[in-house]
Amino acid sequence: MAILSILIFPGFLFLAFYGTVFEFIDRKVYARLQNRKGPPWYQPIADFIKLLGKETIVPNEANRTVFLLLPVVTVAAVTTAFLSVPIWSTQAAMPFSGDMIVVLVLLTICPLTFFIAGWNSSSLYSTIGSQRVLTQLFAYEVPLLMSLIGPAILTGSWSLSEIAAFYVDKPLFALFNLPGFVVAILAGQGKLERVPFDTPDAETEIVAGAFTEYSGRPYAFFRLAIDMELVVLPAIFGAVFIPIFSANLFVGFALFVVKTVVILLVLTAIRAITARLRIEQMVKFCWMFLVPLALLQILINLFAKGLI
Amino acid sequence: MAKVTIPLGPQHPALKEPANFALSLDGERIIGAAVNLGYNHRGIEKACESRNYTQTLYLIERICGICSHSHSTAFARAVEEVAGVEVPIRAEWIRTLVAELERLHSHMLWLGVAGHELGFDTLFMVSWRDRELVLDLLSKITGNRVNYGVNKLGGVRCDITQEHIDLIKPVLDQLDESIKYYIELVTNERTLAARMLGVGTLNYDDAVAYGASGPVARAAGVNRDTRRDDPYAAYPEIPFNVIIDDHADVYGRAVVRALELVESVKIIRFILDNLPDGPLETRVPRRIPEGEAFSRYEAPRGEDVHYIKGNGTDKPERVKVRAPTMANAASVALMLQGSYLADVPIIVAAIDPCFSCTDRTISVVDYSSGREGTLDWQALRKYSIDWYRSQGIAFDDLSRRM
Repeated sequence: MAILSILIFPGFLFLAFYGTVFEFIDRKVYARLQNRKGPPWYQPIADFIKLLGKETIVPNEANRTVFLLLPVVTVAAVTTAFLSVPIWSTQAAMPFSGDMIVVLVLLTICPLTFFIAGWNSSSLYSTIGSQRVLTQLFAYEVPLLMSLIGPAILTGSWSLSEIAAFYVDKPLFALFNLPGFVVAILAGQGKLERVPFDTPDAETEIVAGAFTEYSGRPYAFFRLAIDMELVVLPAIFGAVFIPIFSANLFVGFALFVVKTVVILLVLTAIRAITARLRIEQMVKFCWMFLVPLALLQILINLFAKGLI
Repeated sequence: MAKVTIPLGPQHPALKEPANFALSLDGERIIGAAVNLGYNHRGIEKACESRNYTQTLYLIERICGICSHSHSTAFARAVEEVAGVEVPIRAEWIRTLVAELERLHSHMLWLGVAGHELGFDTLFMVSWRDRELVLDLLSKITGNRVNYGVNKLGGVRCDITQEHIDLIKPVLDQLDESIKYYIELVTNERTLAARMLGVGTLNYDDAVAYGASGPVARAAGVNRDTRRDDPYAAYPEIPFNVIIDDHADVYGRAVVRALELVESVKIIRFILDNLPDGPLETRVPRRIPEGEAFSRYEAPRGEDVHYIKGNGTDKPERVKVRAPTMANAASVALMLQGSYLADVPIIVAAIDPCFSCTDRTISVVDYSSGREGTLDWQALRKYSIDWYRSQGIAFDDLSRRM
């Protein structure tokens, strides 16, 4: 049973498929906001299959094993993280106490692999790209963690499933978490490396950033991992900040889809209406605006704890 | 972090045409920059000398895909001056009308490119969508979207009828709306302003010293516009404002271009309302007498300068074109100093570069010794024969056998 949930639902296969659907929604809505037609629904899957068929080129100076292993590590990390995120009910597939921290650590592995991938490629563009990945990591990671610590303090639990269950019991307390929700969405946009925080792979400056030297199958799996991340983050935000669940499996799943798609649409809208920030502007924005807001969130929740 | 020198170009996604910028980096800061042009030499000036004037006009129009009308008007005016031909008033007004339509679509193209370089693809898509309106107009008036071929030596090829005027006017109203939106976007959108304010600064003195022209100079407060300072075509009779800004950075250049869109629409309205009657062309003799002429033209990207020399035959003795990018390219190295690597694409794009239009000369560099020099026709021919012979291909032998 456990192996099924890891490999099929809600593990790898479901996450991969849902990720490609999300990439399609993202691209289609982005295109419509720009008055374009946008791609057909099968485009992300077609892209994936096409990349699988392409030649894999490994730079001479790169460590071959590391170069080829990194995409797998990323996909594995994201999939593992998703197993502890509540989906159709407040109970995740594999919850344990303290899983929130583990999920966030697993998600930090993605940018770390991006960094190693770029550094290992030893091309100028990818080296600069990986420097930016790390710099950006230091900017968004703290506010993202703090925005989730706020709700956790109120519930007195470090498990995503228990946090979700708490807010289902006391839905009005979720209103206290609104500043945290804003911080989480913006920091999440940074984690997903999307405009305005897409400096690490700014196309017009450093080609494809850390992935410049990647091609073929390894690149396909990196793309897949990014698509999966695009699902996991909205799923976490949906579970923590929007405590709407149902006991019925099908209704619960429909609610999950609605919640994640709404968050995705917000992320897409941000992408469509902003210009790319420079890396130092991004760091400044995170530390001057997001961190104080997240601190405020923690303060609010410390006081709100007295109301329980 | 140690100093690295990173080549931007000749092949790079930020560049629409090959050019090379050698950037010395200290982290993300640029401590030195060198601009290397010369990847697009097409030998157009030389080709002009072996064609008659009508064919040359055709070729000159193809120097640039965006400001094609600018080049052909500048060239035609120079030839008309040498030939001593007076162009009919109506033709001058039609030339001006097309020139302003061209300025509209060129500046909209720039807005889109700037948006793309800043990662703001929505601006790119939206401004290029509206640019299509202008291109459609041009294709309805002249039959072509980019190389309109409106100019003839001594006049214009096509007339502006009442139907055309009825076609243009509603589009202008539509453009008014979108231009208002662009101006608001450029001046108010905060992420956009954060990326443009104080980036790629070029102050008044440097702009004058480096001979910057067009919107780049006007954004540095240099009050210079050939349309007003050395009026040609119908500009002496048309009221318009020269847009000047004192931000002296990319933001200023964007504001100048956005406000020039408004002026262009005003000029087009004025022309449509006051188009004089008369013939469309004066006959120009096939043989252009001896003499030389120099013509200045305010292209969308800056001042375009053409020089021609006639020798009494139907072919020009010499044609020299200085495209506006040549004037602005020198200042790019200065703008890049001290800025961030992330700002390179927008700084380069902010002069609205058109490198293929600019390249006029190449220098031959000996790869082993690094010595620069030139090769004349005979030496070049000998070099090519020797090179092919070293590859085992001998053309003289081939032709003998055939």
